[in-house]
Amino acid sequence: MGLLDNIRLAFASLWAGKLRALLTMLGIIIGIGSVIAILTVGDSLTGTINDSMQGLGVSNITVSLTEKSDEEDADSSGGVSVRIFGPSQPADEDLMTDEMISDYRALFGDQVSAVSLSASLGSGTAELDTTSLNVSATGVNLDYQTANNINITNGRFLNQRDLDGEKKVCVVPDTFAEALLGEGVDPIGSSFDLTVGAKVLRCYIVGVYEQEENGTVSLLGSQTSYPIYLPLSTVKTLTGAADGYESFTVVGSDLENNSQFLQQTEDFFASYYTRNPSWTVSASSLESMVSTVTEMISTVQLAIAAIAAISLLVGGIGVMNIMLVSITERTREIGTRKALGAPGWAIRLQFITESVVICLVGGVIGILLGLALGSWGSNLLGYAARPSLLAIAVSVGFSMLIGIFFGYYPASKAAKLDPIDALRYE
Amino acid sequence: MERENRAATPPCPQGQPLVAIHDLVKTYFVGRPNELEILHGIDLTVWPGEFVAIVGESGSGKSTIMNIIGALDRPTRGSYLLDGVDIERASDRQLSAIRNRKIGFVFQTFNLIGRTSAQKNVELPLLYAGVPARRRAARARELLEMVGMGDRAKHQPNELSGGQKQRVAIARAMACDPPLLLADEPTGALDTQTSRTVMDLFHKLHRERGKTIILITHNPALAEECERILTLQDGRIVSQRKGAGYHGLA
Ligand SMILES: Nc1ncnc2c1ncn2[C@@H]1O[C@H](COP(=O)(O)OP(=O)(O)OP(=O)(O)O)[C@@H](O)[C@H]1O
Ligand SMILES: [Mg+2]
Repeated sequence: MGLLDNIRLAFASLWAGKLRALLTMLGIIIGIGSVIAILTVGDSLTGTINDSMQGLGVSNITVSLTEKSDEEDADSSGGVSVRIFGPSQPADEDLMTDEMISDYRALFGDQVSAVSLSASLGSGTAELDTTSLNVSATGVNLDYQTANNINITNGRFLNQRDLDGEKKVCVVPDTFAEALLGEGVDPIGSSFDLTVGAKVLRCYIVGVYEQEENGTVSLLGSQTSYPIYLPLSTVKTLTGAADGYESFTVVGSDLENNSQFLQQTEDFFASYYTRNPSWTVSASSLESMVSTVTEMISTVQLAIAAIAAISLLVGGIGVMNIMLVSITERTREIGTRKALGAPGWAIRLQFITESVVICLVGGVIGILLGLALGSWGSNLLGYAARPSLLAIAVSVGFSMLIGIFFGYYPASKAAKLDPIDALRYE
Repeated sequence: MERENRAATPPCPQGQPLVAIHDLVKTYFVGRPNELEILHGIDLTVWPGEFVAIVGESGSGKSTIMNIIGALDRPTRGSYLLDGVDIERASDRQLSAIRNRKIGFVFQTFNLIGRTSAQKNVELPLLYAGVPARRRAARARELLEMVGMGDRAKHQPNELSGGQKQRVAIARAMACDPPLLLADEPTGALDTQTSRTVMDLFHKLHRERGKTIILITHNPALAEECERILTLQDGRIVSQRKGAGYHGLA
C-alpha cells in the first residue's frame, strides 16, 4: 500500500466531510496561525530595531549614578515622596571622581579605548556683530571626540593644552560657522561672544566638525540650537560645579566582549558605593538596552507561543476525537479491508496519514492566515513584515508531529480491530 | 457420521486438499461463565476445483465456519490446513497475506468501500499485495470487463444497483486470482433475476477459471446447482450429498 495511495485516500475522505474537517482543523489553524503571526510581528520588530542599531555609538557604555531602590530600612513614606516629586539630586560627595576614573584606566588599561567626560554649560547665544545664534555649550575632554565620532573637517579638536590652560576655545559645527561668518570664510581663529545666563565670554574657534543631517540637532521651537564644545576645565571653572561626574561614557576596545566589559565597568565603579546609603553606579549601553528589549519581545513571543501550544493541544485532541469517530463510522470498511488482506500496519498507516493530512492542511491554512495577520500587524506598527522561514518550517513539522501523535492511538485501534467484529459491526 | 462424511467426499484425491478441517470446535464467550459452543467437532475436506454449497437453518453456524475457512476467525479447537498451511500457527501478518492471496470474499451486503470507484474497489486487494499502480488498473479493468461491468469502472458504489455491486464485489474477490472463493449468501440481498446473473458468474468462474467455491445459501434451487451440498444443523454437519447439477452454461 503506497503512501501516495494513502494520501489520495485521506484527501478524498477529507473532502467528503469538508465542514467537519474544517471544524476539526480550527484548533490547529488558530494555534499555528497565532504562532506565525506573533513571530512575524516580533521578528519584524526586533529586525527593525537591530537594523537601526547598526549605526555607531551603540556599544558606548554610559556609566551613571543611580539611586538605590532597595531601601528597606528607610522611611517608606519618605521613599514614596521621593518618587512622587521626581528623582533627588546626588550630593557633591556622591559624585564619581577623577581619581576613580584614573584608577579605572590604570586597572583596565588597553581594554578602555576612551573615557568621555562632559559637563553642560547650558543653552545660550553666540553673537558676532549683528548675528545671533542659539547654541548649547558643553565642556568635554579629549576622549569625547572618539566616543561621539566627531569628525573634524577644518582645524583641530580640543587638545591637552586647551584643557590644562582652561582656554576659551571651542569646536563648532560647520553649519554654525557658515551661519555665523557666511559662506567661504575660514572660521579658524575667529571669535564670538558666548552668553549663557549671566556669563559672557569671548570664544575662539579652533575647529569645525561635520554636523550630521539627522544627528543631534535639538530644536528649540523652530530655531536651531548648535552644539558647541569647550574644554571641560573651562566650563567647570565657569559654572563652579563640583569636581565630579554624575555620568560619563566609556568606549571599550574589544567590542566582541562588550557586555562582559560593561559588567566589569559597572562592578568597578559600584564597588566605591557599597557603603553609600542612597547611590550606586550602573552601566548601560544602547546595545545592552536593545538586547533587553529584544529579550523582552522574545519573552512575550514565548508566552504567546505557550498559549498557542495549548490551542494546538486542544486542536490535536480534536483531531484524535474526529479520528476515533471516523474509525467507528468506518468499522465495516476496516473489516472489509482486512478481509481483503490488509495487514494491520497498512490500516494504521492509512489512518495516521489521514490524521497527518488533516493537521497539515490545518497547519498550512494556519500559516497562510498567520502570515497575512502578521504582515498586517507589522505594517500597522509601521515595520516591514519579516516572515520567519524557520517558523514556517517548524510549523509544518509540528503539525505533522501533532498528526502522528494524536493519530497514532485511533489508527492503532483501527489496526487492532478484529476482522469479524468489524465486519459484523452494525 | 464421520464415516458418512468420508463417503460423500468426491473421488478426486489427487494432490492435497485446499481445505482440511478436522474436529473443529468454535466457542464464544458471552459474559463470563456462559461459554457457548457453536461448532461441535466439524470435519470438512474441500478439494481443489470443487463447488460446495453450505445450507442449514439460521443460526446453525454457517457463517461461523465460513469465517474460519476464510482465516478471518480462529477455531477454538481442532486443526485447519488451508492449502497445506496450518492456520493455527500462522501469525496475524501471515493470515493477512493468506486472505489476500488465497481467498476471495463475497459478502451478502457487498461491502464495497464507499466514495471509491468500482475500479479502485477492485484494485484494493492488489494494493495490499503491493502490485504497482499501472498493473493494478489494467487487472481491475480486465476483471470488471469479465463480470460485465466494464462500462461502470468509474462509478461509485452508491451509483450502482445491488446486482451490479455484487458483480463488482466478485471482480474484487478475483483480483489476486485466489484459488478459493468464499461467498456468504451472495444472493441474499438480490431478486431472483439478479441472483441468476450472479450465480451464473460463479459457475463461469468455477468452470472457466477452475476456482474452488464455497457458497452459503438459503435458496435450495441454487444449492442444487452445486457439486456438493453440506447441511449444517446446530453446529454439526448432518448430511453431505451431490447436487443435481447445473446446466446453464454450455
Ligand atoms: N460474536 C458472537 N458471540 C456470540 N455468539 C455468536 C457470535 N457470532 C455468532 N454467534 C452465534 O453463533 C451462532 C451461529 O451464527 P452464524 O452467524 O454462524 O449463523 P448462520 O448459520 O450464518 O445464520 P444465518 O443463516 O442467519 O446467517 C448463532 O447462534 C449466533 O448467535
Ligand atoms: Mg450467516
